[in-house]
Amino acid sequence: MSAVCVGSADELKEAGRKVFDLEGTEIGVFHHEGAFYAWHNNCPHQGGPVCQGRLFRLVEEEVEANRETRGRRYHESRVNIVCPWHGIEYDVKTGQFPGNPAMALTPAKVYVENGEVFLDV
Amino acid sequence: MNDPATSLHTLAPKPIREIDTYSDSRDILAHSKREAQLKGYSDWLICDVDAHHVETVSWNEVVKYIEDPVLRDQADTYHKERTGAPPYGLNGDLGMRYQDVGGRIPHQSDRREKVETKTTHRDVVLTRRAMDGLSVDHMVLFPTPMLHLGLHPQPEMEVALAQAYNMWLTDRILSEDDGIVTLVYLPFNTPEEACRTVERFANKKGVIGFCVTSARHKPLHSNEYMKLYRMIEETGKPIAFHAGYHWQDPSLQTLPNFLSVHALGFVWCSMVMLTNWILSGIPEKFPKLKSIWVESGVAWIPALMQRLDDQYLMRQSEAPLLKRMPSDYMRENCWYTCQPMEKSNMKALELSFEMIKADTQLLYASDWPHFDFDTPGVIHDLPFLDETAKRNILGLNAARLFGLPTEKRQNKFILD
Repeated sequence: MSAVCVGSADELKEAGRKVFDLEGTEIGVFHHEGAFYAWHNNCPHQGGPVCQGRLFRLVEEEVEANRETRGRRYHESRVNIVCPWHGIEYDVKTGQFPGNPAMALTPAKVYVENGEVFLDV
Repeated sequence: MNDPATSLHTLAPKPIREIDTYSDSRDILAHSKREAQLKGYSDWLICDVDAHHVETVSWNEVVKYIEDPVLRDQADTYHKERTGAPPYGLNGDLGMRYQDVGGRIPHQSDRREKVETKTTHRDVVLTRRAMDGLSVDHMVLFPTPMLHLGLHPQPEMEVALAQAYNMWLTDRILSEDDGIVTLVYLPFNTPEEACRTVERFANKKGVIGFCVTSARHKPLHSNEYMKLYRMIEETGKPIAFHAGYHWQDPSLQTLPNFLSVHALGFVWCSMVMLTNWILSGIPEKFPKLKSIWVESGVAWIPALMQRLDDQYLMRQSEAPLLKRMPSDYMRENCWYTCQPMEKSNMKALELSFEMIKADTQLLYASDWPHFDFDTPGVIHDLPFLDETAKRNILGLNAARLFGLPTEKRQNKFILD
């Protein structure tokens, strides 16, 4: 296991997301709500470059007490990584697909020391 | 370091860019190419029986091939004098193109990648990049917006645009690469013109069969098509029915979103057309005519087999031409493309493969660049298939069906 410095925490916070090729191992680093998360860049569906996809807030549907729906809306804070191959969405914090938590991204260890972000590879 | 067993590595992390509508196909498909190298596809023949280009990007070129001089002039003027207008003469879904799920799948939204070459057509360049990324030797190219052309209110416009497209495709695209082939569009609403299409294009370079787009309303078992089927049978080339969704179909109008209309629409039109194909006895009338059922996945086929067998037993007098069970014809006389292959229940998929005799009847298809494309890995990684079956489905079944070389292409092209 090697620790690899991938940049300053400030830089990565500002970027929000960066994806790195570490000698064949591809890892995406995400900053969301004050914390860093890192996921391997392989979609469990068909192996797509999931971390290179766009970020979208989770879409939810409002249902009232009488069970009538009031249409879709974006969640205020939950953000999904969307695989650009097929559009499969994963929560940036948990790595889970909203419709089936068993389908999830593979995590990578990420931490900050002395203002630098490190990945264990 | 947090973990004492971890050592500091000095390698320079190489940044990888986000994928957007400007990304190069080779970057988008880099993982597919890497998978092919890891799994050793280098000696596997791979035929992709269903991939697409967006013919409307080149529509101003296509309309120059319209035979009718008045229509051709109108189309030319239309494209010169209007900006932002949809392609001349085409019906279809205009802005109801929700395939990219609101921008989540950029390669489905648009492909604005750079194509620098001035000598090779853009569609050839993009197709070659996709072939390289998917490790494909032969790619069968279909149009995209024209999949709705069978619903055009003017049958003569279907004829005019189909013939122009076929001429343009064979002249500008297929002529440039032996690996890019097509199933030529039949203007099926006008049977005599469909026959003329067979006469004109059967022996053109790169034409390996004929295609009926399935979103249409004419009954394919009508007597007016018998001459067409006989002509196609005599060419020895197959006829394909390419599925499509059609939201205006009354049976689908309650569906509220693209997810549901796409899930059902493709399968529904295939079920209707294949039911008519089988129960009207076309495989008995034309025993050497090979049919291919394109882009509805696999799961619908066993369901239809059981359904037709069950009902046929009780109502044989309504399908008197049949000498075998409907499922026998579906297994012996029909071929199927696998995409989008349903994989959530592996046992069901295995049984489906067994029921349709996938070893000989199933054909790999990517459907690239559409949102539900499949890489060759969907077949290569199946746990219940032996290597012979995998090789058949990924390429050899198609090579035998279309009369393509069964060897892997060597030095197939230089990528631009």
